[in-house]
Amino acid sequence: MNKIWLVIKREYFTRVRNKTFILSTFLTPLLFAGVIGIIIFITIRNTDKEKIAVIDNSGTFKVKSDSVKSIKFELNPKVDTSNFSKEGYSAILFSPQTGINKTTNWQLYSKKNFGVIAIDAVNDKISREIENDLMMARFQSGSSAVDSIKSVANNIKVEPNIIGQGSKVEKGNSAVAYGVGYGAGFLIYITLFIYGAMVMRGVMEEKTNRIAEVIISSVKPFQLMMGKIIGIGAVGLTQFLMWIILVTVFSSILTAFIPPELLSQVEEANKTMPGGAMGMQGSDAMIGLANATHTLSSVNWWLIVGCFIFYFIGGYLFYAALFAAVGSAVNEDPQDAQSLMFPITMPIILAIVIMINAITHPESSLATWSSIIPFFSPIVMMARIPFGVPGTVPYWQLGLSMALLIAGFLFTTWLSAKIYRTGILLYGKKATWKEMWKWAFRK
Amino acid sequence: MNLLEVRHLKKYYATQKAVDDISFTIAPGAVFGLLGPNGAGKTTLLRMITGIFYPDEGEIIFEGKPFKPEEDILRIGYMPEERGLYKKMKIGEQAMYLAQLKGLKKADASAKIKDWFTRFGMESWWGKKVEDLSKGMQQKLQFVITVLHEPSLIILDEPFSGLDPVNSNLIKEEIYKLAKKGCTIIFSTHRMEQVEEICDQIILVNKGRKVLDGPVDEVKRQHKENLFHIGLNQIPAGIDSRGFEVVRTEEKGLVIKMMEGASTNELLQYFISRDAYITEFHEILPSLNEIFIKQVEGTAMSRQFQKVQ
Repeated sequence: MNKIWLVIKREYFTRVRNKTFILSTFLTPLLFAGVIGIIIFITIRNTDKEKIAVIDNSGTFKVKSDSVKSIKFELNPKVDTSNFSKEGYSAILFSPQTGINKTTNWQLYSKKNFGVIAIDAVNDKISREIENDLMMARFQSGSSAVDSIKSVANNIKVEPNIIGQGSKVEKGNSAVAYGVGYGAGFLIYITLFIYGAMVMRGVMEEKTNRIAEVIISSVKPFQLMMGKIIGIGAVGLTQFLMWIILVTVFSSILTAFIPPELLSQVEEANKTMPGGAMGMQGSDAMIGLANATHTLSSVNWWLIVGCFIFYFIGGYLFYAALFAAVGSAVNEDPQDAQSLMFPITMPIILAIVIMINAITHPESSLATWSSIIPFFSPIVMMARIPFGVPGTVPYWQLGLSMALLIAGFLFTTWLSAKIYRTGILLYGKKATWKEMWKWAFRK
Repeated sequence: MNLLEVRHLKKYYATQKAVDDISFTIAPGAVFGLLGPNGAGKTTLLRMITGIFYPDEGEIIFEGKPFKPEEDILRIGYMPEERGLYKKMKIGEQAMYLAQLKGLKKADASAKIKDWFTRFGMESWWGKKVEDLSKGMQQKLQFVITVLHEPSLIILDEPFSGLDPVNSNLIKEEIYKLAKKGCTIIFSTHRMEQVEEICDQIILVNKGRKVLDGPVDEVKRQHKENLFHIGLNQIPAGIDSRGFEVVRTEEKGLVIKMMEGASTNELLQYFISRDAYITEFHEILPSLNEIFIKQVEGTAMSRQFQKVQ
C-alpha cells in the first residue's frame, strides 16, 4: 500500500509540475471564455434572420408586421404548427385564448431550440404590445398609472415548445439542461481521451526506457499500474478543480465587462426568478449575481457535480486500465499504439455520437440503454442527468448505471493487470490482440 | 547456510523452454558468475530470482527460507541488462524515489544517496535530469541506485558495458568492497575475461540447461588438456619422446601436450639433457572463454523455437 502511494505521488507531482500542465490549466478556461464569448456574439448576430408568425386571438397585437431586436413578427392567421416552417417562419407564437390575463400562457412553437436572446425579444415584443394596449385603455379612461404597466410588463411569460421530428410536441428543453448536459458529456469525452492517452504514454515511456524492469523488481506490476492510473486521475481532478476556480474568477471578471443592455436582456428572460424587481434597480454586478444564482438554482447542481465526478472517475478508471494494457503491449513505434488503440477509442467515439442524439431525445431507448452500458454510460448518462432525476432519468437507471460502471472498471482493471504484467517486460515486436487475449485468460 | 539456493527451477514459454531444470547454490559473500550465450535463459532465471516471474516448477530458497517476493525483493538489488531511468526526472528525486520503493525511509535514503554521490564524484548531478547524462554516467547512477539500499544479494546484468576503464575499475572496486562486507553478488555476462577476474564461482547455462558449475579454478582444472608452455632460448632439433608431443612451435618456445602418466620433471629433464636453456615453464589452463566456446560449440548457433507441451 505504501508503495502504491509512492508511485501515485511520483506520477502526480512529475505531471503537475510540468510546464504543459500549468499552461493548459490556465489557458483552457481562457479559451473556454473566448469560445463562449464568440457563441454569445454569434447568437446576438444571428437573431436577425428569425421570423415569427403570430396567431393572436386576444387582439393584443395591433400592427400586422413589426420588428423587435431584429426579430420580425407577423400577424398571420393562415399558418399553424404543421406548416409554419414551410411558410418561412422559424417559430409560431400563440396568444392566450382569453383576453383577461394577457401576460402569461403565451405559447411559442419552434422546430429548434430558441436561444435566450430570441425568447427575450419575444417577451419584449409582447410586453410592448400589452403596454400599448394598457396605455391606450388608461388614456381613454383618463388615469395614468405607469407603475402598474411596468409591473405587468415584468410578468410576461412565454412558454417555449419544440416540435419533434414526428408531429409530437415536446416540452422545450431548458437551455441550461441542454448546455450542461452537452458540456458535461463532452468534457468527459475529452478527458477520457486526454488522461487515457496520458496513462498509455506513461506506460510506454516506462517500457521503452526499460525502467519498468527496475521498478518491477521493487513493486508488483499491479501496484505500478494502479499507482499510475490513480496518480494521473488525481492530476485530472486537480485540473478540473483549477478550471472550476478559474472559470468562476474569469466569469465574474467578464460580467463586469458585459454591456448592461445584454445583461438586462438575460435578466428579463429570467422573469420568474425571485427578487427580480430588486435586480432591475440594482447595479449591473447585482443583476449579474442575481442572474447567476437564478440560473444555478434552476438546476440541481449538487447532483450534477456529484454525478460528474462519479462518472469522470468511473469512466476514467474503466478506460485508463485498458489504455494501460495497450501501452504495455506496444514498443517504441507510436504507429503500433495507434492500431492497438483503435478498439478502445471506438466505443468512446460511439458514445459521443449517441450522446449528441441523446441530448435531444433524453428518454429514447437508445439513450436509456447506452447510459446503462459501462462503455458509453459516463458520456451518455452525463448528458441525460441535467434533464432531471428522477424525471428523465429514474433512480433505478442511475443506480444500475453506476453499479455496472463500478463492476465494469473492476473487470477492466483485472483484465488489464494481467495483460500489463506480461506486456511490460516483453521487448521486441508489438503484441497482437490475440496474444493479449491469451495473456489475459491464461492461468 | 547458503544465501541462495535454486532447486530444479523451470520456466517454459509457449515456444521455448527458457529455463529447464536448473539448480545451484551460492554462499554468502561470493561473487557468482552466471554465464551463457545470448538467449540461454539468463534473464529469465534472474527475473525469477528477483521475483518478477514465478517459476513454473522448482523452488528458490533465500537466506534459508522459501523465497517470498513481497518481502525478499527489498533485500535484493537488481540492475537489469536493459538500463532504465526516467529521462525527464531529476536525478536526486529519481534516486530518492527508487530508494523509497526499496523500503528506505526518506531521511535514510537522502543520507545514503549523498554518501554514494560523494564517493563517485556525482555531487553536482542532483538537480540535473537523466537525459543530460552520458551513457557511462547513467551506468554509474544505475549502479548506485542498485546498491543503495544495502541489499544482501546484488544482481548485476552486464554491469560494465559502456563504461570506460577508469569507471569500470571504480565499480569493480566497489563490488569487491561490497563482497568483503558480506554482500553476495551475481554477475550475468558473456564477457569471460571479467568473470575470470572477478568471480569465485560460476555456472554456465546454455539453452535453458546448466552446463557447468563450480569454482573458477576447479572448472579450469577440469577442462585442462595437459598443455604446457616451455620457453627455450633455442629449440633443439628432432624432439622425440614417449612422454609428450609438441602441439605448436613458437619463436621462443614450444607448446607441449603431456601424455597420460608422464610427469613434468621428466619433460624438463629431457630438455635439460638436450642442452636447451629453459627461460620459462608453466601449465596452460584453458581460459573460460575457451571452455565456454567448447561447451556451447556444436549446438545450434541460436535457439530454435519449439513446441512445448
